[in-house]
Amino acid sequence: MPAEEVAARIGALPDPELPMITLADLGVLHSVGITDDGRLDVALLPTFLGCPGLESMAASARAVLAECGHPDGRVRQVLAPAWTTDRITEAGRAKLAAHGIAPPGPAGDGPVPVELTAACTHCGSAATRPHSPFGPSRCQAVQWCTSCRETFPAMTVI
Amino acid sequence: MRGTSPTATRSTSRPSPGGSRTMRDPATTARPAAPGARGTAPGDALARHVRRLGDDALILGQRLCETVTRAPTIEEDLALSNIALDLIGHARVLLTRSGQLDGSGRSEDDLAFRRTEREFENVLLVELERGDFAVTIARQLVFSHYAVLHYTALADAADPELAAFGTRAARESAYHRHHADRWTERLGRGTAESHRRMQAAVDRVWPYTAELFEEDELSRTLVATGAVPSVAALHDDWAAAVTAVLDRAGLTVPALGPQPRGGRDGLHTEDFAPLLAELQSVHRQYPGGSW
Repeated sequence: MPAEEVAARIGALPDPELPMITLADLGVLHSVGITDDGRLDVALLPTFLGCPGLESMAASARAVLAECGHPDGRVRQVLAPAWTTDRITEAGRAKLAAHGIAPPGPAGDGPVPVELTAACTHCGSAATRPHSPFGPSRCQAVQWCTSCRETFPAMTVI
Repeated sequence: MRGTSPTATRSTSRPSPGGSRTMRDPATTARPAAPGARGTAPGDALARHVRRLGDDALILGQRLCETVTRAPTIEEDLALSNIALDLIGHARVLLTRSGQLDGSGRSEDDLAFRRTEREFENVLLVELERGDFAVTIARQLVFSHYAVLHYTALADAADPELAAFGTRAARESAYHRHHADRWTERLGRGTAESHRRMQAAVDRVWPYTAELFEEDELSRTLVATGAVPSVAALHDDWAAAVTAVLDRAGLTVPALGPQPRGGRDGLHTEDFAPLLAELQSVHRQYPGGSW
């Protein structure tokens, strides 16, 4: 199977912690190339450096390589370019919102956390404030809506 | 006595029991050659430097893990354990790179689980007992401000892996800094009791901050060749930023008295051995085990 098709299949894998979006949506799949000795080479960008989902993503990608007739292909993690939430695609943002997770605003260039201003995923109100900067997974925070008085998860901006 | 401090009495007041397993007092022990040293080739020097940074992240991450189920609220339990997760992620990258750079072929696990106390070269700040919540926050305050500055500078390192790590780790550390800043202000401007304990916590960790910005022959050589940024050059920016937070929190910047040191030479406080024993306990019971 050619590299483009393998790339599409790996890109379509669900994220282990946010299964409503794919690795391509998340911007984690960096490239699928061919090494000098003719093997497929899959490069993944880690989201958070300590994300427990990384091993699972790599194992799933290796399984796809084997299924597609490339059992000698390799999966590696590359740190450059640095992953930021700006890499999440528009399709990915729409899926997050549809599943009740407020998508992230722009992260910008500097390592400066932006105060969360996510709209409420229950009632749509913009009158929300941070409840906890750390949530159910490393990439999610908890936001509180002052209109409907419910909490909701929001992707951290980083 | 060089390097003693009123806040370090736990590690300086007890008599040594003698023998080869004494808890070493970094302030009074002479400096033998560190067993972590592996020659003087440039790759070895960089490997050791990177290993030191990895040790800082690993040991602080392990220390923060102790707060899991013990934080004052469930949100703080999540916050501190997620920060610990990031720090251990940083350690994984740095220790892996160190094992590649020195050509030893040692993996992150080899370096985390198969070294002895004297072979760890983390700063003493990260190994100090966790204390109360205020001490945890005070340590996070001084360390995360340092980490953001250092990792941002590391983004210009000659080694591409190290540079990429710096870019990414600076972003994560900025998130940790935000958390520590907020809590410092909240506790400093909270009740009389929270103010008292936050001030005591800042006083407790302050003497140990000097070691973050110290350079020795190894790091000066690497800085001179442009391989890594100078940490000494970051001190003034760090002090200004932390002072601004303490001012907003209504807290007093402690006077800089004697500064305990020794971590970069593998000389630790007596808080360190129990931490390392717990960190390595599973590997010791099941050598080579995996799951």
